[in-house]
Amino acid sequence: MNVYAIAYKNLLRKKVRTALTAGGIMLSAWVLATLLGFNKGYQQGLNRDIDNMGFQVLLTAKGCPYEAATLMLKGGTGLRYMPESVVKTVFQNPEVEKVTPMLMHGVFDPNKGENGAVAAYLGVDAVSYPPMKQYLEFKQGSWFTDNNALEAVLGYEAAELETREVGDKLLIPGIDREITVVGVLKRSGTQDDGTIFLPITAVQTLFNRKGLLTGLGIKVKKDADISALESRLYDLPDVQVVSMAQVKTTIMNLVNSARVIVLGIAGIALIIAMAGVINTILMSVMERYAEIGILKSMGAMPLDVFKMIWLETAILCGLGGGAGIGLAFVTARLSEAAVRYFLPYAPNGALVALDGRITGFAFLLIVAGGLLSGVYPAWRAARVRPLEAIRIEGEQ
Amino acid sequence: MADKPLITARDLSKIYRRGSEEVRAVDGVSFEAAAGEMVAIIGPSGSGKTTLLNMIGCLDNPTSGSLEVGGRQVFGGRKELSERELTLIRRELFGYVFQKFYLIPTLTVEENILLPGAFYRSPSAKEARDVMKLLGIERRYDHLPGELSGGEMQRVAVARALINNPKVVLADEPTGSLDSRRTEEIKGILRDLTRQGITVVMVTHNLDLARSADRLLEIRDGRIHKA
Repeated sequence: MNVYAIAYKNLLRKKVRTALTAGGIMLSAWVLATLLGFNKGYQQGLNRDIDNMGFQVLLTAKGCPYEAATLMLKGGTGLRYMPESVVKTVFQNPEVEKVTPMLMHGVFDPNKGENGAVAAYLGVDAVSYPPMKQYLEFKQGSWFTDNNALEAVLGYEAAELETREVGDKLLIPGIDREITVVGVLKRSGTQDDGTIFLPITAVQTLFNRKGLLTGLGIKVKKDADISALESRLYDLPDVQVVSMAQVKTTIMNLVNSARVIVLGIAGIALIIAMAGVINTILMSVMERYAEIGILKSMGAMPLDVFKMIWLETAILCGLGGGAGIGLAFVTARLSEAAVRYFLPYAPNGALVALDGRITGFAFLLIVAGGLLSGVYPAWRAARVRPLEAIRIEGEQ
Repeated sequence: MADKPLITARDLSKIYRRGSEEVRAVDGVSFEAAAGEMVAIIGPSGSGKTTLLNMIGCLDNPTSGSLEVGGRQVFGGRKELSERELTLIRRELFGYVFQKFYLIPTLTVEENILLPGAFYRSPSAKEARDVMKLLGIERRYDHLPGELSGGEMQRVAVARALINNPKVVLADEPTGSLDSRRTEEIKGILRDLTRQGITVVMVTHNLDLARSADRLLEIRDGRIHKA
């Protein structure tokens, strides 16, 4: 028989009350772990998405830089064009290792979905694009034979959506031209999964956009001064420079601002749970007032009683916190789906990234909060005078 | 019954203040109890019986007078003992039995008996079994208090008082919640304790139980009316 067993069994006296309090702690732990996991997952996903673009700087035709960046990240289409001659100009900079021109074009497809939707085609250079996207692997086939070929490479999801395989024909709505599928990519977990790639010259020809580009991806040489390059690129007429590092920082700043609010909500949940713990343990102490006095009359020191009550708090918070962390793991995918539904842009991959460090931190914070809230009830219990308890016994 | 005094009280007094009024709950009580002696304190309600018992059990400080238990000066010495020192004396010398038992409902009989040692000494399961055997409740070791009769619960309370081998058992109305048959059982048990050299001091309204004691102290208005 030890004080741990006594504390545990004391909690079993009022099972419903104990369960409700532990439930409150569980919810706090769940909210805290999920939010911390989301913050990490979002940051990781964003980094991965931007790194997977294969280039560090993007040139687009003049317009809103954030719109341009978001369009690129979401695989959407730009509405403005810049001249193809910009490729040569950019290449003259010593920091530039590779450039890859892109032309995105969207066509309304009345047969897509219930009410029709825009089908987007990304024209890429068969020579410069694949080396920048080395993580892309083929499930079937390969890249285009040349930049004029009426051929398409489908991302994994695009192939599933269009139900096409290598050798199948794909009709481009609006212009009624057929192209042949020459490659289907494996799932990459990036926006490329939903993309239909065409040779850039073919896109320029098919959609009457000769000599025009929507974007130019620039890969910078190792250890080159990116900011020096960017400042020179800013001087180019009719183009704007989107630094992926800046985009990353801007999005993360927005995410961090949201995190402060969300962590504030988690803090409120924690405070509510702590109030629940104080209430439950204090009620328990009051109900056992005489019993605690009897324990002290039998030789229990104030510190012994304090320890017993504090242990009850620790057990309650440990069980509630552990259950909350478990719940966060179980509902991670559900939370992720909800976040994706509400956010205008969410990176690919796991959005709620729970690991030992995050869950350990959340657990320790919950237990520490619980222990802090157990101090007052434990102190009250430790101060019970045995004589008072015995007098109460006599009066009852 | 041995004749060496284990408890020596001299002029013990306890004065309370109720507003401007001074209430002498215990007024100059002196008595001795030897090891293995059974002392019953009787008297009408409010006469100061329980206050006297609490002072003997180091649960309440006297206003004046001295108390020596087991050769240790508890009150009235050169220096006043701290709460911690009084707790240590309680652990070492006393076992307490209360009218309402105060067993913890979620602990089994065995666990309730082992409870006093949980904080400072861990009595073995064998010690608990020995005490249960002594009190005839060994078959009930894994039962919860709610599954016991009043008499059995009081036996468990007595067993809990005995687990740390006290020199003195203090009992406040030990049969107050029991019927006559259970009262007889508890009376026999307390009597058995004295045969083992344990001093029993009890407060009771039950005259039959009081008459079974070696000595009877009748308290009225805080004073020993008849010894």
